[in-house]
Amino acid sequence: MLSLKGLNTHYGASHILQGVDLEVQKGRIAAILGRNGVGKTTTVKTIMGLVPASGGSVGLDGQPITGLPPHRVARAGVAYVPEGRLIFPDLTVVENIRVAERTPAKSWPLSRLLALFPSLNERQRNKGTQLSGGEQQMLAIARALISDPKVLLLDEPSQGLAPLVVRELARIIHLLRDAGVTILLIEQNMKLAEAVADELHIMVKGRIVYSADPQRFRTEADQVRSRYLTV
Amino acid sequence: MSNLAFLLTQLVNALSQAALLFFLGVGLTLIFGIMRIVNFAHGTLYMLGAFLGYSLLHHTGSFWAALLVAPVIVGLLGTLFELTILRQLYRRDAHAFLMVTFGLALITGEAVRLIWGSDALQVPPPPQLAGVVFMLDEPFPVYRLFLAGAGIVVALAIWQLLERTRLGLLIRATSQNPEMVHALGVDVNLVRSGVFGIGCGLAALGGVLAAPLVTAAHGMAATAVIDAFVIVIIGGMGSFLGSLIGALLVALVQVFGNYYLPDFALAFMYLLMLLVLVVRPGGLLGKEA
Repeated sequence: MLSLKGLNTHYGASHILQGVDLEVQKGRIAAILGRNGVGKTTTVKTIMGLVPASGGSVGLDGQPITGLPPHRVARAGVAYVPEGRLIFPDLTVVENIRVAERTPAKSWPLSRLLALFPSLNERQRNKGTQLSGGEQQMLAIARALISDPKVLLLDEPSQGLAPLVVRELARIIHLLRDAGVTILLIEQNMKLAEAVADELHIMVKGRIVYSADPQRFRTEADQVRSRYLTV
Repeated sequence: MSNLAFLLTQLVNALSQAALLFFLGVGLTLIFGIMRIVNFAHGTLYMLGAFLGYSLLHHTGSFWAALLVAPVIVGLLGTLFELTILRQLYRRDAHAFLMVTFGLALITGEAVRLIWGSDALQVPPPPQLAGVVFMLDEPFPVYRLFLAGAGIVVALAIWQLLERTRLGLLIRATSQNPEMVHALGVDVNLVRSGVFGIGCGLAALGGVLAAPLVTAAHGMAATAVIDAFVIVIIGGMGSFLGSLIGALLVALVQVFGNYYLPDFALAFMYLLMLLVLVVRPGGLLGKEA
């Protein structure tokens, strides 16, 4: 479904992504873990076309989408839930979602999204700034889903959320998996990633250095943590 | 003249003045909100609207045709300018925009001089709006009453556009976070071209409407661009409602200032701006200082 081959990205003189290879199969949830600054967010930004790739390719359903501007990547079927949610502060909940509804939604119409996220349903007319962090996160996910994406990119969705809200987030991600949504999840929260992902990848210095399914990951978690994740 | 009649005529007078100022200021503020650039050519496009209105009136014989067509022409020119030149500059800093739009102002100004000459040109109001009406037994120009009404209609129309249409939603979203709008599948560059065109067209609409009051003249560009900046600074850069309030305040100060202390009328506008900036550095409805 989503395939990254030898993906490279530079910010000026610094070489951030140094050949990322990753395949996410249809209907699967792949998580990328890693310390701060190893290139996790740059990976999703490069997929979105928000940061230009300096080498390698991004493919969606076998079609190359490397080098396309962000709106073309989105229209090809990639939906983006950015780090920090980036809700439009002065738009209402419903307006935030409508921005992304380019054609009438089929799989995830507004009514279904509001049923999936009851807290958003109650706050339809509230502005983005009046929402809690958890509600903003749910809104960012709803906004991404209304475009009926083939692939959902979730960048650090648990950041800054209370444990109870993280549990709710895990429930939502499970629901999305059951509905057949393909997800690339960027996380620092190992527990969340382990609980929801079908495959876990660890990124170090712009490369994927370790991949495992959750069972294997659990047995090797201690070594993995001390080797790749703790500072 | 009774006090009440005086107050009424001056208020309607101010409202008609506010309408012209609003057409200028709202375009400037919409463009700033979306693109974070200050369009230095805004006053010149207002003047171009007046001259185009003059020619269209003479060719078609209809003020209404001029009123419709001149803003469309200027709007399309603005869009063309955005597509060909401004678009190259989005990754540069703000100074590039200032230089380029200032260049557009100079070139357009000289082009107007070459095409229409240096003299001011008379643009009569349409015959239906030529006379006076009596308000509390005081005569008042019908045309000014029409201007006040046009201002209200256009303000309501823009408000509905922003609140009720998809384009309006995208304009508001883009002014808050263009990169996010882009990543949600919207061609932000199209929104930018559209808004730049709409803003330029609104300036031209103001120019055509102002022409019967002040004639089509070169001097109107400089006055207009300054008025527009003052309105937008008072109201808050990028705020639609701010441009409306700014236009009303500046018009009130201009009209009553001209009546009571004509020598200082111009200064009052700047004093008002100063006062607002002291109390709210970002403008009345502005976000950042």
